[in-house]
Amino acid sequence: MLDIAVAYNRYKFLGEEFLTWLWYIIEKNQNLLKSFDQNFVALEVGNRIVFENRRKESAERITIKGEGAGLEEGVLALKNGALVTELNMVYRSAELVWQFTLKGESLNISSLSIPQTDLPESDEDLEGYVLEKLFLYDKSLQFLKNLFAHFVKLRISNDWQGKEIATIRKWIQSS
Amino acid sequence: MSISSSKVSITQYNVQGKLNSQIIDTIADGLTKHTIADIDQQVLERAVGWTSFDKPFQPEFSGSSFVYGNYFVFSLRIDKKNIAAKILKKLYTIEAARRMSESGRDYLSKTEKKLVKDHVQNALCLRIPATPNIYDVVWNFEESSLWFFSNLKAANEELETLFSKSFRLSLLRIFPYTAADIYSNLKDSQRDELLNISPTQFVK
Repeated sequence: MLDIAVAYNRYKFLGEEFLTWLWYIIEKNQNLLKSFDQNFVALEVGNRIVFENRRKESAERITIKGEGAGLEEGVLALKNGALVTELNMVYRSAELVWQFTLKGESLNISSLSIPQTDLPESDEDLEGYVLEKLFLYDKSLQFLKNLFAHFVKLRISNDWQGKEIATIRKWIQSS
Repeated sequence: MSISSSKVSITQYNVQGKLNSQIIDTIADGLTKHTIADIDQQVLERAVGWTSFDKPFQPEFSGSSFVYGNYFVFSLRIDKKNIAAKILKKLYTIEAARRMSESGRDYLSKTEKKLVKDHVQNALCLRIPATPNIYDVVWNFEESSLWFFSNLKAANEELETLFSKSFRLSLLRIFPYTAADIYSNLKDSQRDELLNISPTQFVK
């Protein structure tokens, strides 16, 4: 394995390409997401999306905030060569809802909210309460983990260069 | 940040290395040896250590109190006495003036100034209670994975250092390269591909 500090900086782009690809998948191919969760209902863009364009001399950063905020500026940023660097998402499975922000360069998760659970009424209830919480955290983290693993395999395959990039380009240009 | 908070941040790790036997005892031992020390009414300004998830102010790791199903759940506690710079300056000025008056001089040497500063700082540390910051840790031993409930750089660095000292295992942070390597179950040829990829141009 590469030196960790070198690998972190060298592969920041992989996380950002993942988020850019994921935005495209959210908009255009929800069916793919069903294969990662039997009870999958939807994955949606949440209340925050951050773009960064490093093709320009001084990196340009655009943040779009707010529920249901128009993403026209985001598409424009993609057209100018930016990538998604942070993405807030709403994940729906069965009747449950998770919301979180994923950062591309680190894959750190922030503002993660999980479905509400009942508070423990006694010390005896604590273990069940903790395990339920951990199950709910794990569900969203496993979903992201499997999605990222799928992306990596696609990214290093011939299909990425041969097919996927062309489709994403077409989506960017037509949006 | 706690498992129970309405919104949390999580940094994910892969645990490198294995404990071969008496796993729960070994972990309990590591947690106990590096339990947070109480620094209230002491001159120490800062303390870092493990504490119990359910009783963060009465740490206790006996038996299997930190075992929840397949997970080990405990917390990292960082206690710090926050001394306002302006208070420090005020008390230093008063004390320095007192010492000069006592000695009949109108100056203090460099060493004397340092002694006064240390004296004032220690006196404040004895009086000020430490502010605790608690970050939960969830360790899935079977899957060698660990969640740390904070994205703060300093807290993550403290976790990595203390974890290594306590259990003689190291933590590998999950970020795009390590996630690709660990999560994707790549064949050797795919791993070579990963080493050679370069950024995609989504627009021409």
